[in-house]
Amino acid sequence: MKNYNPIIGMEVHVQLKTKSGMFCGCKNDPDEKIPNINTCPVCLGLPGGLPVANKKAIEWTILLGLALGCKINRFSKFDRKHYFYPDLAKGYQISQYDIPFCYEGKIETSYGPIRITRVHLEEDTGKLIHGTVDGKKVSLVDFNRSGTPLVEIVTEPDIFSSAQAKEYTKKLRQIIRYLDIGNCDMEKGGMRLEANISLQKEGEKTLPNYKVELKNINSFRFLEKGIEYEIKRQKDILDKGETPTQETRGYNAEKNITYSQRSKESAADYRYFPDPDLPPIRINDEWMNNIKENLPESIDLIFKKWEKDYQIKKEFSELIFETNKERLWFDELFKLIKSEGLVASALVNLIIHKKLSINLFKDDYKVIIEKFKKLTTIDEIDDKMLIEIIKKVLIANNKAVLDYKSGKTQVINFLAGQVMKEIKKKVDFSIIVKDINKCIQNI
Amino acid sequence: MAKIDKKIVEHIANLAHIPLKDKEKEDLATGFNKTLEVIDNLFSIDVLSVGPTYQVTGLENVLRNDEVNEKTTFSQENALKNTKRKHNGYFVVDQILEDD
Amino acid sequence: MKTNELTLKKAINLLEKKEISIDEVYNDTFAAIEAKNKELNIYLSIEKQALKKAKKQEDKPLRGLPIAVKDNFLTQDLPTTASSRVLDGFIPSYESTVTKKLSEAGGVTVGKTNMDAWAHGSSTETSDYGPTKNPRNPKYLPGGSSGGSAAAVAADLTIVAIGTETAGSIRQPASWCGVVGLKPTYGRVSRYGIVAMGSSLDSPGPLTKTVEDSAIMLNFMAGKDDLDGTTSQLPVLDYTKNLKKGVDGLKIGVCYIDHPQIKNKEVAESTKKAIKTFQSLGARVDMIPTSHNLEKDKVLSHEYAISVYTVVQRAEVASNLSRYDGIRYGADRNDFGKEAKNRILLGIFGLSNIIKKDELVYEHAQKVRSLYIDNFKQLFRDYDLLISPTSPSYALALGATSNDPMFGELQDMLVEPSSLAGICGISVPMAKDEKTNLYLGLNIMGDYWQEEKILQAAWAYEQVNKII
Repeated sequence: MKNYNPIIGMEVHVQLKTKSGMFCGCKNDPDEKIPNINTCPVCLGLPGGLPVANKKAIEWTILLGLALGCKINRFSKFDRKHYFYPDLAKGYQISQYDIPFCYEGKIETSYGPIRITRVHLEEDTGKLIHGTVDGKKVSLVDFNRSGTPLVEIVTEPDIFSSAQAKEYTKKLRQIIRYLDIGNCDMEKGGMRLEANISLQKEGEKTLPNYKVELKNINSFRFLEKGIEYEIKRQKDILDKGETPTQETRGYNAEKNITYSQRSKESAADYRYFPDPDLPPIRINDEWMNNIKENLPESIDLIFKKWEKDYQIKKEFSELIFETNKERLWFDELFKLIKSEGLVASALVNLIIHKKLSINLFKDDYKVIIEKFKKLTTIDEIDDKMLIEIIKKVLIANNKAVLDYKSGKTQVINFLAGQVMKEIKKKVDFSIIVKDINKCIQNI
Repeated sequence: MAKIDKKIVEHIANLAHIPLKDKEKEDLATGFNKTLEVIDNLFSIDVLSVGPTYQVTGLENVLRNDEVNEKTTFSQENALKNTKRKHNGYFVVDQILEDD
Repeated sequence: MKTNELTLKKAINLLEKKEISIDEVYNDTFAAIEAKNKELNIYLSIEKQALKKAKKQEDKPLRGLPIAVKDNFLTQDLPTTASSRVLDGFIPSYESTVTKKLSEAGGVTVGKTNMDAWAHGSSTETSDYGPTKNPRNPKYLPGGSSGGSAAAVAADLTIVAIGTETAGSIRQPASWCGVVGLKPTYGRVSRYGIVAMGSSLDSPGPLTKTVEDSAIMLNFMAGKDDLDGTTSQLPVLDYTKNLKKGVDGLKIGVCYIDHPQIKNKEVAESTKKAIKTFQSLGARVDMIPTSHNLEKDKVLSHEYAISVYTVVQRAEVASNLSRYDGIRYGADRNDFGKEAKNRILLGIFGLSNIIKKDELVYEHAQKVRSLYIDNFKQLFRDYDLLISPTSPSYALALGATSNDPMFGELQDMLVEPSSLAGICGISVPMAKDEKTNLYLGLNIMGDYWQEEKILQAAWAYEQVNKII
């Protein structure tokens, strides 16, 4: 039985959360339920419509590229990519061909680094859904989504397992949300995953001579399962001495299988050429610096910082903030907490366990700190007073005392609880237990 | 440059989604070849000193702010105005069998 | 003189002075249309409410006067077909920027004029709705693709008209119909709302009876449009202000007339007469020899321009026609005419992976285009203006287009270099054949954004060369 190494590369499409379209002023609203209500001559592909590029979409693409350690093409352009499909209004998609905004980046995973080949900007297509009209099966087309800014992130085939693929895409989503440029809502099509999967025979140095494209995956779980299924399917074929067909496949969640889709041949002829309606983009130093100013510290760095400075574990940090804006708000709060000699990690614990509720950006830091103190501060208590109360409780609970003396030592918790009730303050439990012990000995 | 025959014309017609009859394919092959003869001179002139022109205007960075433009947005009615095949606000086409 | 025979300038004047009424203008215009449109096939659709609309525009600069609009401008009240059956009956849900601007200035679209289908041609014979006939002699073609607009002006079925030029489509029909046709610099006038043909070439412009009318129209048509990313931010001048400046002291270069492809001797002869006219007006005129390579002080032969144009324009056209799939509007792709199919298929061919001679033909063509741009750049350092005949011949007879897939490009050969470079040019009537009643035009070219200068030269020439 031969062994194989999975060779996986991924292509991820992410919708940017701009207010308007990539090339037109139509509202960018993925939640819009009414079809064809956000269209115009440009995104509907009417005769005479002309595209004009959205500056923010370009800046956010570069921001993402920078966050992924990419180099930036200071001179770039848009190209027309031609193919026919009912949801492609112009018969071509405006995309980027040979000069993407970003290239040659890298992202770290616990399994090793993954090289980012490129990050480029394009427009989304309309949506096709199935339906029946007058008894006839038809496809219904909604162009609301047409023209939404779409970023495509492509990796080298540096992924070696389904787990790594899952980690990669989760991290990518985390970074995009951190930059607050996309919601990556997979159910709404805000993030779409594609994996190119092939198997390399162990010991071989060259890349396999085929690859299978797994498309339209909209959950991390399905990605993982789909890849696993594919690996096994391809292994079975290779074991027979055959080569898997180079094709596009979809994933069926119900049956947990991948299946062949009606696909085009290997190299589609998209007849790319630079879009004459869109003057090229030249990013000068001033503009580049402006964009860089909006690049927050890397999220990994933040996790490390918080661990070092506040002893907050990464898994907890991940749970309390998503965007950089939120992170900065917490930064200020933690600084304040630390300066008052309190423990930030304890606050985080309370928040996660829903013992302390906060309204981000709205609550006053001082108010939060007060709430926090109330929940955690150990109150001082006069020892003499404590002994008095303990004696009172022991007298009132004679049976418990006898139980304790007869060996049922766990009853001390009950006694301590009664003491706590009497005190009405938050006192260190262990001190109470200690003092009760002392007192009982004397009885 | 490759001589154009009926097969190439068919391939191009497929890419172009233009249905052609047999006679049309033959005529087009002849027409293509004639055109190719004319444009062959492109390869006889020295272009080493220049790059391709994609924008005669020399314009760069013509961009728009990220704002919604209500003036250019169509109502649903206007968007669907020029098609005969519509249903409940959607455009209608014969069913596409490829999975989405 | 009937009011439909007036120039724009004169009509505005007389309306201001209340010596004529807008009702008269429309009565005369519609009467002329009634009398001649059936035979000449100029208008594909007519705005019956034109007078009503005009009455609301009377105190605006264009005073409600009629404008004939080429059928590739999207107009909300009239069908827009680009003379193709694919768009038969298509009534757009939005208006082109240019017709909107003209309306705001007081103009009224009186009708949509016939053109070569999709603007693919130089004859108007490839229209899916039949050819337009040359009003000067109906046995002949009006030229194209703005043939209908040029004919409307020549036949006085309008006061002014607008068209578009990708390579010759304004200037060539202007020359064949004996009217004035202005192709502004690419980017001077917005393309938003015009059925796209060659996106890097299309330039909307006016067709008029006189040069002054052309200047007036440009004032209202030109300007930056936020909806068209290729329009210039440069301020729009008042092109009528210094119109009568003259050409004294200017340096003018003469191009192309030494070429063997210009078979008609009269073309070279009348151009030489034009040279003398400019000299008499105080300009210095030099003959610029043609070269087959980029050489200093020589004009690059137009032969390569034909090839560049064929490749670039057809590729852009094929791309721009991809949107016609019959789903959102229009008929499906079965209804494309023969010429359209030709252009689309050849365009795709030029962009496809099939022929790779080290690089794509399209990219190579765009390099040769750069040579033309550099050539004009250098020539305009030494010359204020360049002139040439607009067309290599008088109008050709009806039926001349068929079976020649390169017809359009050959007829436009002399204007293709300037179109490729995107510079501005104007065609003014140069000579008239008394036997056939047909015309030749003179093409006056200027550097980018020099519309004022070419209008001045055209006006000066027009005053002397009164042949209409």
